[in-house]
Amino acid sequence: MSLDYENDGELHAKLIEEVLAQYPDKFAKRRKKHLSVAADAGTEEIEGEAQAVTECDVKSNIKSIPGVMTIRGCAYAGSKGVVWGPIKDMVHISHGPVGCGQYSWSQRRNYYIGNTGIDTFVTMQFTSDFQERDIVFGGDKKLERIIDEIENLFPLANGISIQSECPIGLIGDDIEAVSKKKAKEHDTTIVPVRCEGFRGVSQSLGHHIANDAIRDWVFDKKEREVVTTPYDVNVIGDYNIGGDAWASRILLEKIGLRVVGNWSGDATLAEVENAVHAKLNLIHCYRSMNYICRHMEEKYDIPWMEYNFFGPSQIAMSLRKIAKHYGPEIEAKAEAVIAKYQPLVDKVIAKYGPRLKGKKVMLYVGGLRPRHVVNAYEDLGMEIAGTGYEFAHNDDYQRTGHYVKKGTLIYDDVTGYELEKFIEKVRPDLVGSGIKEKYPVQKMGIPFRQMHSWDYSGPYHGYDGFAIFARDMDLAINNPVWDLFDAPWAATDAPLAAAAE
Amino acid sequence: MPQSADRVLDHAPLFREPEYQEMFARKRAEFECPVPDDKVAEQGEFTKTWDYREKNFARESLVVNPAKACQPLGAVFAAAGFSRCMSFVHGSQGCVAYYRSHLSRHFKEPCSAVSSSMTEDAAVFGGLQNMIDGLANCSALYQPDMIAVSTTCMAEVIGDDLQGFISNAKKKGSVAEDFPVPYAHTPAFVGSHVDGYDNMIKGILENFWKGAERTPGTAINIIPGFDGYCVGNNRELKRLLDLMGVDYTFISDASDQFDTPSDGEFRMYDGGTTIDEVKAALNAKGTISLQYWNTRKTMDYIAGEGQETATFHYPLGIRATDALLMKVSELSGKPIPEAIRLERGRLVDAMADSQSHLHGKKYAIYGDPDFVQAMARFVMETGGEPTHCLATNGTKAWEAEMKEMLAADPFGASAQVWAGKDLWHLRSLLFTEPVDFMIGNSYGKYLERDTGTPLIRLTFPIFDRHHHHRFPLMGYQGGLRVLTTILDKVFDKLDAETIVAGVTDYSYDLTR
Repeated sequence: MSLDYENDGELHAKLIEEVLAQYPDKFAKRRKKHLSVAADAGTEEIEGEAQAVTECDVKSNIKSIPGVMTIRGCAYAGSKGVVWGPIKDMVHISHGPVGCGQYSWSQRRNYYIGNTGIDTFVTMQFTSDFQERDIVFGGDKKLERIIDEIENLFPLANGISIQSECPIGLIGDDIEAVSKKKAKEHDTTIVPVRCEGFRGVSQSLGHHIANDAIRDWVFDKKEREVVTTPYDVNVIGDYNIGGDAWASRILLEKIGLRVVGNWSGDATLAEVENAVHAKLNLIHCYRSMNYICRHMEEKYDIPWMEYNFFGPSQIAMSLRKIAKHYGPEIEAKAEAVIAKYQPLVDKVIAKYGPRLKGKKVMLYVGGLRPRHVVNAYEDLGMEIAGTGYEFAHNDDYQRTGHYVKKGTLIYDDVTGYELEKFIEKVRPDLVGSGIKEKYPVQKMGIPFRQMHSWDYSGPYHGYDGFAIFARDMDLAINNPVWDLFDAPWAATDAPLAAAAE
Repeated sequence: MPQSADRVLDHAPLFREPEYQEMFARKRAEFECPVPDDKVAEQGEFTKTWDYREKNFARESLVVNPAKACQPLGAVFAAAGFSRCMSFVHGSQGCVAYYRSHLSRHFKEPCSAVSSSMTEDAAVFGGLQNMIDGLANCSALYQPDMIAVSTTCMAEVIGDDLQGFISNAKKKGSVAEDFPVPYAHTPAFVGSHVDGYDNMIKGILENFWKGAERTPGTAINIIPGFDGYCVGNNRELKRLLDLMGVDYTFISDASDQFDTPSDGEFRMYDGGTTIDEVKAALNAKGTISLQYWNTRKTMDYIAGEGQETATFHYPLGIRATDALLMKVSELSGKPIPEAIRLERGRLVDAMADSQSHLHGKKYAIYGDPDFVQAMARFVMETGGEPTHCLATNGTKAWEAEMKEMLAADPFGASAQVWAGKDLWHLRSLLFTEPVDFMIGNSYGKYLERDTGTPLIRLTFPIFDRHHHHRFPLMGYQGGLRVLTTILDKVFDKLDAETIVAGVTDYSYDLTR
């Protein structure tokens, strides 16, 4: 059952006016389209239940304005950082200067199991470390040597991907030709990815390009005997942050499904290759991987289904939805799993609910979380006052209307200035966003959780994850440090005795 | 079901539970198509050999786990040391997200910087309009006193001209004509973050010094260089300079910017060198660079302006601190007070107390060139041997200087210098010519896991331990901190090796 509340839409509308007033006119007009207050949109039937929905009318997936401190990243971050980087038995070359690979090295907490440096390479930084001569003369010859050196030093790698940084596309390198040549020579998979950081407007195009590279350079390239069953599914768009995919997989296995591929957290190349033999694609992060699901539906007749494993309401709803696809046998198992975990859910809510009830939350995250975690908070009695996405498209905001309440403040590609002002005025009890936002918010005396990396905790998916999620929100909000901010004496230069008179 | 509300298990214990371990085994057996275990073990063993080392060192093009970052990171750090200065990085926007995250993860502090958000159309037509709009927006929203412009590699590859763009933007009214917009071209494909630091400091000095008349005075300037420990170090150095009564100016001081208090207010800007101080710094008697390899161009420029200059290599330990203080005394004409001599004596005292635990210990040291040089020197002062000295961004000149320094000290006799090598090279070195300890940054934890060499975290970036950077490494007080950090690891290792009850009770000593 969803929590019933409404946000102060009038205040939020006023805040939007206030922040826009600070911009030069031309850019106030442009930013205005990205900020709104969720409006009543009647009711819709969702999974057999009539639910109130809202409309989040903002423009999205548009270029960021220069100079405003956007929080967004780039296409390289979307491809190497999100989609390809977690594939554990491949070497992913950050192709270009040293920085991109360095700053993204080991920062997304894509958990995996393997012998790092021997047959597994996720937490390593492979770079072509471009120098001026590579820019001037081109980097293709260097790339060829790099591939040879990888084959020589890391012979158990099952493939290589080439993650293009900005210069590659500007200097006219032909990484596709190099890939074809070297793949043949070494009899291995080599995937060129054109995810130069200047492409598109955010991480989002990088996801799309990365998906397309799987389609074009991985699918249907190898013959392999594969055992299949009617219960074979792929989990698409779970990057196993802090072990999310494992806490999800355990539930899917328990309801009788066989997860043949997990994309891409803890994945091997084989899991990606064999995905085309699955019977159903279950997609968690719709934003980053819907492209490949649509392709698999078209080409291999594999249907796909969105689900949400954050918080018990959504988990149960998703398990039932997935089970329904298979019929009574799996449905019975799903009910058994839901029943088995219900005591845990009840105890978690009984323990943390009273400490979190009525607390207001503001979110600003990436692909799916600005909407997907809403019900997990509400399961704990918490309310979402504002939410927004770094790199959403229109279809994300449409889906958001199924989650947020009337009056919720909506901000697309928010700027540092706007977010700070919104938080200052709304004064939520908790903010969930990224590392760049964490410390400014905490300085303001407002509890914060990183909602990209789970603030080095997790998993947050599944029932096991929900317990951790609840614990983490409680420890963030109810830590005694927030009461220590004010010194007990007045801010004055006078000695205390004199000040007291 | 291992999870419970009473005792919530997060990732660390949760996944070690049998139900997960069984699931992992199933996943691997049924779906991963893994390399067979024996082959993995065989290759794992092979990577520990001299044969693998030779192959590894034969690499010409591939770089694996480098210990360096790119120029703009250094520029953003340098700009953060000026009062109310906003970094504006011209080029792709993802880069700026990376620099901000990288610095925030180390300092556990906010890091503000803006991008001109260039995309495909700017790649074709150039980023002039992005500069014009960007400066106007940055100034309207964040009200800086100065905007320091650097570049990502995208802007460098397409050849955007910062000087022309900035002057164009000023003509269009983005900011006032007299609003300071110093700049530096910081191509990521040249040098590393230490060069970006150098270029940005030089750009800022040139911006304010060009055309100004120098009236030589008595003050001295200090340029710290890229330093993840700036919070502790700069404050400690200022304390020493105040004790000496020296008139000084730090050129770029990020110690307050990266250490703001929690009292309810987010300070986007805090502390740092003011514009007036930068202008006045032209008149200083001399300038001291604390990190030569970070400031080569800057120091040439300053010398060209007629100032005396002196450069150091991240001065820490006894002799390097001695040399710094004597140079400060010489330049400023102020004596070194007795209080500092006593501090020095206390550090020497501490080193003498602990010398038996440090003498003869072998170390691998990696990081930025000045840091490696400093740490090698200090390790030798404790009777240790800097067996492997590695700087991915070390040049041939650095290598030569290091070799000279090491050759002059009996404890450096067996030392080897590895300029331009990375941490995958170091892995081979640690297997084939092992050491007792490794001194570096958080990235070394993977080497610690693979090779069993204990890691002592003493340089940027430190992501997985908190607050180290709040304590100084420089000065005699800093030396104490370095000494204690090394000793803690020495004793922890000894305890860990003798902790088995009924087996090694004899060496598990209460007093060491």
